[in-house]
Amino acid sequence: MLAAVIVIGGLAAWEALVRGGVVDELLLPAPSDVASSLWTDRGLLGPDLAVTLQEVVVGLLAAVAVGAALGIGMHVSRPLRRALRPLVIGSQAVPVPVIAPLLILVLGFGLVPKVLLVALVCFFPVTINLYDGLRRVDPDARKLLRSFDATRWQSFRLLEAPAALPAAFTGLKVAAAVSVIGAVFAEWAGSDAGLGHALLTANGQLETARAFAATFLLFALAVGLYGLFALLERRVVRWR
Amino acid sequence: MRTQTEAPVVEPRPVQSRDVGVTLDGVAKAYGDVRALADVSLRAAPRETVAVVGPSGCGKSTLLELVCGLLRPDEGVLESPPAALMPQRDGLLPWLSALDNAGLALRVAGRSRAEARDAAREHFAAFGLEGFERARPAELSGGMRQRVAFLRTLLAGRPVLCLDEPFGALDALTRAQLQRWLAGALLREPRTVLLVTHDVEEAVLLADRIVLLSPRPGRVVAELDVPLAHPRERTDPQVVELRERALNALGVV
Repeated sequence: MLAAVIVIGGLAAWEALVRGGVVDELLLPAPSDVASSLWTDRGLLGPDLAVTLQEVVVGLLAAVAVGAALGIGMHVSRPLRRALRPLVIGSQAVPVPVIAPLLILVLGFGLVPKVLLVALVCFFPVTINLYDGLRRVDPDARKLLRSFDATRWQSFRLLEAPAALPAAFTGLKVAAAVSVIGAVFAEWAGSDAGLGHALLTANGQLETARAFAATFLLFALAVGLYGLFALLERRVVRWR
Repeated sequence: MRTQTEAPVVEPRPVQSRDVGVTLDGVAKAYGDVRALADVSLRAAPRETVAVVGPSGCGKSTLLELVCGLLRPDEGVLESPPAALMPQRDGLLPWLSALDNAGLALRVAGRSRAEARDAAREHFAAFGLEGFERARPAELSGGMRQRVAFLRTLLAGRPVLCLDEPFGALDALTRAQLQRWLAGALLREPRTVLLVTHDVEEAVLLADRIVLLSPRPGRVVAELDVPLAHPRERTDPQVVELRERALNALGVV
């Protein structure tokens, strides 16, 4: 209830600022103009949304697969942990705007470089949260399973994997929230469709309202994916 | 009363016929520079309940981990048949139902989920857990959690049970109820039990023999026999006298 009041109040204030001529419409369009652009430009923005959605979903799936493999691998093998930890952390120091054009040059304008960039941005929170979750197991429960002569695989399946699920979902939610960043940078580096591409062309044509409409869709995409993972978490992690 | 032949499902691994009890001879264990146990010798005969009592940090938990084979002694000789551990905090897995927690050892021993559940379910009534089969640990009271943890330890089918302050986290009333209940459960299903506690009265109520440990590094300072029949009352003059003797030996009174 209060949240709705805050959102509506914020939008009303924004509307008043623009309508009152305090800020130039070209720099900051009023919320009502953004809303009407969302509707009138739906034929343009709809296909862009579909393209970006595909990039983000495939990229997230790849990030989950790679992130899970890395997180589990680093947990079970010390040499693997030593070898991979600096690489995994270092991968996040690679500036996405720098690497994006290189990937486009090598891999072309298609889906593959976009998926790779989304995965690059998203695998890190998945890996690190899963890895930490696997390590943070109740020591008493660990002793217990050892006293039952549990094998390595049994303690993973019966103890570590379920114990790590809440942390893994935290990683997934963070990944969902940042996934669109990778997609937008990839589209900026070279593409003929997608919300990032729409943003760029709308800016070039001084269609500020449409640029904001595209941004709003990116925002909604991230919130929607986050909500999807949060929902899944509530279904899977029932003991909390 | 249930015997082993009547209910083979209770025993996923057959209890060894040549049950030799637990023997520690001159056992020492250190963690780096911290000596937890120094020269501990004690023996628990088959089907005997031995309470190990001592101040906090005297290496009581270490002793149980040694018996369960989770640690190796630095010095000395330790002989024990396979032992099942009941850790200090219950160690129940929050995502498993009470039934699945109780049958955990059977799952680890390679039984199917259904078999483990069936074996655990048979005991739920006797353990006062009927109706809570599907409840997760968070939905159980402290006393119920301890009973699930004890059932899990029992279903491991090991000849030796290592109970690490099983009632330490409970309120006084629940603790008194569970002490009485545990004495009864051990009469029905006798095992060799090592019971670690810092509660001298609990030791007198439950054990056949009490081994008193010194502050760290723990060593045996005295042993007391408790030649009393069950059920024992805490107000019984003999119980009171033994409790005072134990406290004296620990240098408390």
